[in-house]
Amino acid sequence: MAATLRGKAAIVGVADAASPTGELDVTGRALEARMIAEALDDAGIALADIDGICHHQSSLAAAEYFGITARFTDSTATGGSVFEVYLEHAASAVATGMADCVLVVFAQTPRADRRKGIPPAPRPSMPPGQNPMAEWEMPYGLQMPKGAYALAASRHMARYGTTPEQLATIAVKTRAWASLNPRARYRDAITVDDVLDSEMLVSPLHLLDCCLVTDGAGAFIVTSAERARDLRKPPVYVLGAATAHDHMMISQMPDLTVTPGAICGPRAFEVAGIKPGDVDVLMGYDSFTITQLLHFEDLGFCAKGEGGSFVESVDIGPSGRSSAKRHSGTLPTNTNGGGLSYTHPGMYGMFLVVEAVRQLRGEADARQVQGAEVAVAHGSGMVLSCMSTAVLGTEATL
Amino acid sequence: MGRLEPQVSDAAAPFWEATKQRRYLVQWCDACAQPIFYPREVCPRCLSAGTLLWRESKGTGTVHAVSVQHRPANPTMADMVPYAVALVDLDDGIRVMSNVVNVDDPATIVVGQAVQLTWEPLADGCNLPLFEPAGPVKES
Repeated sequence: MAATLRGKAAIVGVADAASPTGELDVTGRALEARMIAEALDDAGIALADIDGICHHQSSLAAAEYFGITARFTDSTATGGSVFEVYLEHAASAVATGMADCVLVVFAQTPRADRRKGIPPAPRPSMPPGQNPMAEWEMPYGLQMPKGAYALAASRHMARYGTTPEQLATIAVKTRAWASLNPRARYRDAITVDDVLDSEMLVSPLHLLDCCLVTDGAGAFIVTSAERARDLRKPPVYVLGAATAHDHMMISQMPDLTVTPGAICGPRAFEVAGIKPGDVDVLMGYDSFTITQLLHFEDLGFCAKGEGGSFVESVDIGPSGRSSAKRHSGTLPTNTNGGGLSYTHPGMYGMFLVVEAVRQLRGEADARQVQGAEVAVAHGSGMVLSCMSTAVLGTEATL
Repeated sequence: MGRLEPQVSDAAAPFWEATKQRRYLVQWCDACAQPIFYPREVCPRCLSAGTLLWRESKGTGTVHAVSVQHRPANPTMADMVPYAVALVDLDDGIRVMSNVVNVDDPATIVVGQAVQLTWEPLADGCNLPLFEPAGPVKES
């Protein structure tokens, strides 16, 4: 019974790395090691206490490298949402006693790698004749992944009248958050016209509708609620978690305007016992402006098709962060500046979790949402393919 | 000029063979009375292999979603930009990715545009199914 997950596990240590230059000076295992050390120090636990590991490439190789003996292991691949999937699995593992302390670690440095002449890691490939994308999509020259999101935006606009200005509003508000984050790649304010005047890459998406390509890294540690209470920082509890996927290729998506988040979002909220109105901070994977617009609808912050008018009527930017408690006219969203303006090293889901934890601990400095008690980290992987929702809360929410 | 040519699967070999005669075949499960796309070894509804057959499409449909590519997806398509990539709802009940071609300006292709099949030769004698406008814009 999934409802038993509520309050059983907590995130007790976090770390992330990003730079205004978009580039980090440390890469690979050395960067992962720095993230692990910072997350362990944040939690106040020792590397020897880690007995579970999640890594998007090989949990076996990472555990070997860092001297970890693991009794819980996970290298599930769902694209950039996988860090929310790992959180769900890790919370389940500690809730059932499979592991005591699970480490999730990630580093990816496309910009530093390019400068150093390091080739991109080979993607898992399928033999000829066994890859439907190579048979039914790749001959047509869709830029990936942005073209897939452009098709979803095209359909949403045609069906619901969503406008380029409404999508641009998401980029503008997210940039306003980034201006409060000294580590964000881009901090200068932008306007809707700036977005619409930026290069059209794949209609209807402009350059500023698209996420960044930066270096980035992070780590978080999950342990049991009991153990969490004795550690260095206030625990951030996992109140609910759920995952759903229904396609791999964009041409197989059952409905281009409805993501699997419409399944896992409400499910995670149900496990957590919350409603959208209870959410103080929404961290939604903004690979593109359309991605975040679909999150508002599928998570139930507005009705299907009303995402465009939602971002016009509700301020998702920083204006409401100083209010004692969230009021209906604001929804602080992607408070670190998002994949659109903070960082996006190919896979971004790690940063959703880290920022949600910092907000709930009151560690978000200038971008702190006052009184934040419930935060949602909602990951999106591949081409709107796999969604994973984690509802996180402070001690007061238990 | 050139595209990435499709990597033909065993399940879809009859589809590609038929394109040599510029015929578009849609896989069909006789037990479920439903079309299947993309072609598979078994029906994704009943997992049966023995009920699968092929039906010829009339090749008409409607643009479901469209995106104009202003940069090529790979260098071999550099001289084709800008071009329109669309998801097309065939009247046979399947949705496929393709290009909408034979238009002066790909930005004029909109959701709801009626389209019909056209073909582009591939290296091995097969043809790649593409679409071109065929009449008015319908309700999306």
